[in-house]
Amino acid sequence: MEKFEKVHGVAAPMPLINIDTDMIIPKVHLKTIKRSGLGVVLFDEMRYHDDGQENPEFVLNKPAYREADILVAGDNFGCGSSREHAPWAIKDFGIKVVISTSFADIFFNNCFKNGILPIVVNEEHHAILMDDAHKGENARMTVNLEDQQITTSDGHVIEFDIDPHRKHCLLNGLDDIGLTMEKDHHIDKFEEHASQARPWV
Amino acid sequence: MSPKTLYDKIWDAHVAHEADDGTCLLYIDRHLVHEVTSPQAFEGLRMAGRPVRAPEKTIAVPDHNVPTTPDRVNGIENPESRIQVEALDKNAKDFGIHYYPVNDVRQGIVHIVGPEQGWTLPGMTVVCGDSHTATHGAFGALAHGIGTSEVEHVLATQTLIQKKSKNMKVEITGKLQPGVTAKDITLAVIGETGTAGGTGYVIEYCGEAIRNLSMEGRMTVCNMAIEGGARAGLIAPDETTFEYVKGRPHAPKGAQWEAAMDWWKTLYTDEGAHFDKVVTIRGEDIAPVVTWGTSPEDVLPITATVPHPEDFEGGKVDAARRSIEYMGLQAGQKLSDVEIDTVFIGSCTNGRIEDLRAAAEILKGKKIKDGMRAMVVPGSGLVRMQAEEEGLADIFKEAGFEWRLAGCSMCLAMNPDQLQPGERCAATSNRNFEGRQGRGGRTHLLSPAMAAAAAITGRLTDVRELM
Repeated sequence: MEKFEKVHGVAAPMPLINIDTDMIIPKVHLKTIKRSGLGVVLFDEMRYHDDGQENPEFVLNKPAYREADILVAGDNFGCGSSREHAPWAIKDFGIKVVISTSFADIFFNNCFKNGILPIVVNEEHHAILMDDAHKGENARMTVNLEDQQITTSDGHVIEFDIDPHRKHCLLNGLDDIGLTMEKDHHIDKFEEHASQARPWV
Repeated sequence: MSPKTLYDKIWDAHVAHEADDGTCLLYIDRHLVHEVTSPQAFEGLRMAGRPVRAPEKTIAVPDHNVPTTPDRVNGIENPESRIQVEALDKNAKDFGIHYYPVNDVRQGIVHIVGPEQGWTLPGMTVVCGDSHTATHGAFGALAHGIGTSEVEHVLATQTLIQKKSKNMKVEITGKLQPGVTAKDITLAVIGETGTAGGTGYVIEYCGEAIRNLSMEGRMTVCNMAIEGGARAGLIAPDETTFEYVKGRPHAPKGAQWEAAMDWWKTLYTDEGAHFDKVVTIRGEDIAPVVTWGTSPEDVLPITATVPHPEDFEGGKVDAARRSIEYMGLQAGQKLSDVEIDTVFIGSCTNGRIEDLRAAAEILKGKKIKDGMRAMVVPGSGLVRMQAEEEGLADIFKEAGFEWRLAGCSMCLAMNPDQLQPGERCAATSNRNFEGRQGRGGRTHLLSPAMAAAAAITGRLTDVRELM
């Protein structure tokens, strides 16, 4: 996985709450056996009309936000289906950071596996960031994972929390499976113990 | 020793390694796999030259995009769906995992097949690349959905990197009123807590009304724990659980059964154990419910009216306005006046034998409304067979329902079973999101008995009027 670098770019506002993974990527696009190329169908049903034409009202179709790097979204972002196609599509579109007041659990986990940084902020900070995102393409936000800081276009600094293990993995682009395999002997030992304690499993 | 919750006990029994910061490697006892969220994971294994670490604990079945019409025995017409199912056929064979192919009578929705075949047992950790894995919590198993990267991680290492969630208790006291089912319980809970109310928690459902549910009902309740945002839902195993499990093909037998029972009987929350959040609902207060909006938290008794967006606060005002518009409803309209054109009975929420019995009970000797499109999609080939033996299939067919083969079907509409824009469906499934059952389709979630009632009258209907 690529290392997560400092992000300086446009943030797109999506204040709607409970944006579910069916909205992020509808099921018609889950029939792929690949991970790549899903950016074009990100938010498919909101982004395009029934005839396939772009909906100019949708935020990512507006000139200011077509190249957005950051998404500032409403509460409970990513609820619903476990489909990892949702973060794959977000990443493929070019968004590297999603900011909300809360995320659904599985989506939150899936982001880290794909080099996307989901940031949880409180309501007060969320309102500041949402306002900043509404300013458009000249208002660039900076997200610095190393220092755990978001800087708005007018220099307001907001600090955020992140699990230290996940931060380490993102910053160094570490592959979870490789890391876990280094602990193989612990898994062997567990299996040996479990096969005695619960032989029916 | 300090008192533990059921979740604490199962968690503690599965930690293979704990780092100083509390990050754990959680050992996984059962890994269920389906065709949609696994191809990229198997591809990852191939690229890295890795085997499946525990193929004997890995069970695969195609369900999400298989057609449910009888002609599927001749193959899957949609090329993309066919490729995904063929990829699973090949991956199951190449990696040596247990497999129920499309035309095996035991095929069905992965969350129905697992328990039915005795793969799901109390005290286990169970994962699947599907959010409704929470279903298996009905057995007192710690079960939750994972993404495809985690599917690959479990295939390769039989573990997951996890941090422990918090404990939440949802107690349903007392008895349910006639016409009120497990589906109404689980929807009512989400209506109370909201779709993010369980985020960061594992829920244990308890109380008299939960105890009195069958295993099928308990699975319905736990299935929708994810819709309340929880990582998993749990119900402590008891005699109802043991009776269901006993004799299933992959359940322990003989001395192993006795040994398993000794442990299973310790799987309950100790007196005085700490819960970080507690929700209590009186069973008597739960009515037959339906959803009016596009979030599973948009739940109201069937006797209620569509709310006004201004009744809400914060971001929910805009969300409710958007929902009401999408659903083509009017604030203040009686829910029982909402006309529907489609009825779907099935899914991992309500595709089990008891669900079909409940719907058939209402439909017996009646016909569905003229012009209504109604289908029953049993959760597995074995549920289908049992329903045929019990005469339920005949009741459905005589009433005017289509009688389909097993699969996820119109719950997520990845196969040909879809709504057209503007069509309105009474569905026993779990999600009413925009476009969930087909682009522009409108979904009202309800119980199987309520779905049957709606099929007869052509509108959302209080099932108690037909009882």
